[in-house]
Amino acid sequence: MNHLRELESESIYIMREVAAQFENPGLLFSGGKDSIVMVHLAVKAFWPAKIPFPLVHIDTGHNFEETIKFRDDLVKETGARLIVGSVQETIDSGKVTEETGYEASRNLLQTQTLLDTIEEYKLDAALGGGRRDEEKARAKERFFSHRDEFGQWDPKNQRPELWNLFNGRKRLGEHFRVFPLSNWTEMDVWQYIYLDDIKIPSLYFTHERDVFLRDGVWLADAPFMKKRDSEKVVRKKVRCRTIGDITNTGVTLSTANTLEDIIQEIAATRVTERGGRADDKRSDSAMEDRKKEGYF
Amino acid sequence: MNDTNEKFSTKAYLDMELLRFSTAGSVDDGKSTLIGRLLYDSKSIFEDQLEAVQRASIRRGNENLDLALLTDGLRAEREQGITIDVAYRYFATPKRKFIIADTPGHVQYTRNMVTGASTANAAIILIDARNGVTEQTYRHSYISSLLQIPHIIVCVNKMDLVDYSEDVYESIQEEFSAFAAKLAIKDIRYVPISALKGDNVVEPSKNMPWYQGGTLRYILENIHVGSDHNHIDPRFPVQYVIRPQSDEYHDYRGYAGRIAGGVFRKGDKVMILPSGFKTTIEAIDLYKDELEEAYPPMSVTLRLSDDLDISRGDMIVKENNVPQISQDIDVMMCWMGDKPMKPGTKFYLKHTTKDVRCMIKEIKYKVDVNTLNRIDDGQELKMNEIAKVSIRTTKPLFFDSYRRNRNTGSLIVIDEGTNNTVGVGMIA
Repeated sequence: MNHLRELESESIYIMREVAAQFENPGLLFSGGKDSIVMVHLAVKAFWPAKIPFPLVHIDTGHNFEETIKFRDDLVKETGARLIVGSVQETIDSGKVTEETGYEASRNLLQTQTLLDTIEEYKLDAALGGGRRDEEKARAKERFFSHRDEFGQWDPKNQRPELWNLFNGRKRLGEHFRVFPLSNWTEMDVWQYIYLDDIKIPSLYFTHERDVFLRDGVWLADAPFMKKRDSEKVVRKKVRCRTIGDITNTGVTLSTANTLEDIIQEIAATRVTERGGRADDKRSDSAMEDRKKEGYF
Repeated sequence: MNDTNEKFSTKAYLDMELLRFSTAGSVDDGKSTLIGRLLYDSKSIFEDQLEAVQRASIRRGNENLDLALLTDGLRAEREQGITIDVAYRYFATPKRKFIIADTPGHVQYTRNMVTGASTANAAIILIDARNGVTEQTYRHSYISSLLQIPHIIVCVNKMDLVDYSEDVYESIQEEFSAFAAKLAIKDIRYVPISALKGDNVVEPSKNMPWYQGGTLRYILENIHVGSDHNHIDPRFPVQYVIRPQSDEYHDYRGYAGRIAGGVFRKGDKVMILPSGFKTTIEAIDLYKDELEEAYPPMSVTLRLSDDLDISRGDMIVKENNVPQISQDIDVMMCWMGDKPMKPGTKFYLKHTTKDVRCMIKEIKYKVDVNTLNRIDDGQELKMNEIAKVSIRTTKPLFFDSYRRNRNTGSLIVIDEGTNNTVGVGMIA
């Protein structure tokens, strides 16, 4: 069995465990390649039945134009139910205050929307596409990761996880985050997309776009992007290496036109996928701190 | 070494196997240096990660690049300069993909080592050439054998500090073999290395022409992992029942799960536990493909010829090869809970896809992990202690000995109050 099929088999096992152990799970869907692979694995895990849980999109409102259409097409194709949690609504309700200034991002605000959505729909498990190779705090994450009644993660007090035995027991009001892709690397994800011929948004392939440079990272221009005078918008051939909120997802100068091109590009790259993510650069523990509070 | 100019081969990548290995030990053994070298030499450390570690090393006043900062992902770990939890690292060479379970040597070593070892195909045991076999070597080797890691690679490290002496290496090898004879380890390899200087890690050492074996990376790339799974005893714990209830698949009823042992073929006569019903495998589905056969660790869906009452926790086996069926089970148990376990306490128990309750009736003896001596103490089992215990379950389990099958021979116990996983067991 090659390593991709072994990883696939492990992820399918985890998804079925979630369906069996929890009453009301949901699959967190961002529109990025990892969550698209998650949906693909879920389809495989339960075929010919439909995915037995809804897709949950936490929408910052700052999307690439293509993301929403891609999401809606995928929902139609799989017959899955869709739940949308809107960060704009969370802001309008006064629960959180929008950041201001040049580095303003809705990344942190998403946590409140996510926790509200989990509570509103009484989700007891949220499947996420997080991978341990992404970030050093994620490297310590369990497949089944417990969250207390405030949605908080306690990294120093995690349950031991051995063999294929996953403990999803919890008290009322608590929930789990589950990460079926824990053991995948960025390269595995791309190879798997290639192997199974999975459809992904064209944003991942080269296209012309208005961009500007900030702290050495190219960012896509959009009406809600606040730019300094020194930040000049230019048109470049770029592609997205990750797709997230447009305000903090850097784009890569690239002419990669096919999956093979992308794989070659990643094989040669010397910077991690999250190297272009402004949200991680806020501090050495930015990811751990956000995760403790209930972030993805 | 790195073929940066060579075109990355997708075909080769798709053909790669996966090897999971564990490492244990403290900073002093050079473990971080070794992992750092394996990752760095396979281009698995990226520039932005390296820069972040450089910045952090300078901020802490370290003179050298502290590669431990790469794996110490939690704030508390970086602040205290210790590793608290198992960290998983990933790298690939042109031949294989690797998952390292890096377990800390100081804090709660037994609990973490056992966790990291539970899914490993191989374990790296590091011995400091200057100190020879120590208590920690015993401990790590015992846990590796208890968890039945199929392959052990003993790395005699810091050979540069003993003048690359063949005599030193050989006497350590002899001492370790004598000790290992007491343990059930299937495959032991030895390799003299210097993680710091790079001898025999990725490149063959010029300083030790007397060593004829492969480098550590060569060994990791070539260990045969195909036979690490049980391919003899057919075991299929039913995980989830798939019933689409759509017009197109109105009568579809599939039993989803991961093959835990043996081989299942289309047309095989099978038996269902606990009911004892017999039927035939009509089809093995993997998404839209119908397979002729399935084996560990594949996740598939079985369809059967007869409509039977089968649910999660049942097991599909073959009539001429049934597992043990009992409510009374002896296990080697490692305790992981804060609160000591006293015989007579009740717990939840998870075994394959089955959930039951259990009572731990008796502690038969404890094992001193440093000396392997048995200790006659049946009072209580504290965190990080290992003992042989007997368990009574509310319903029968279908199991094999852990030695025969890691999937059907392992279980965990869960505290009924806190829901924490407090104990892990290997069935005797």
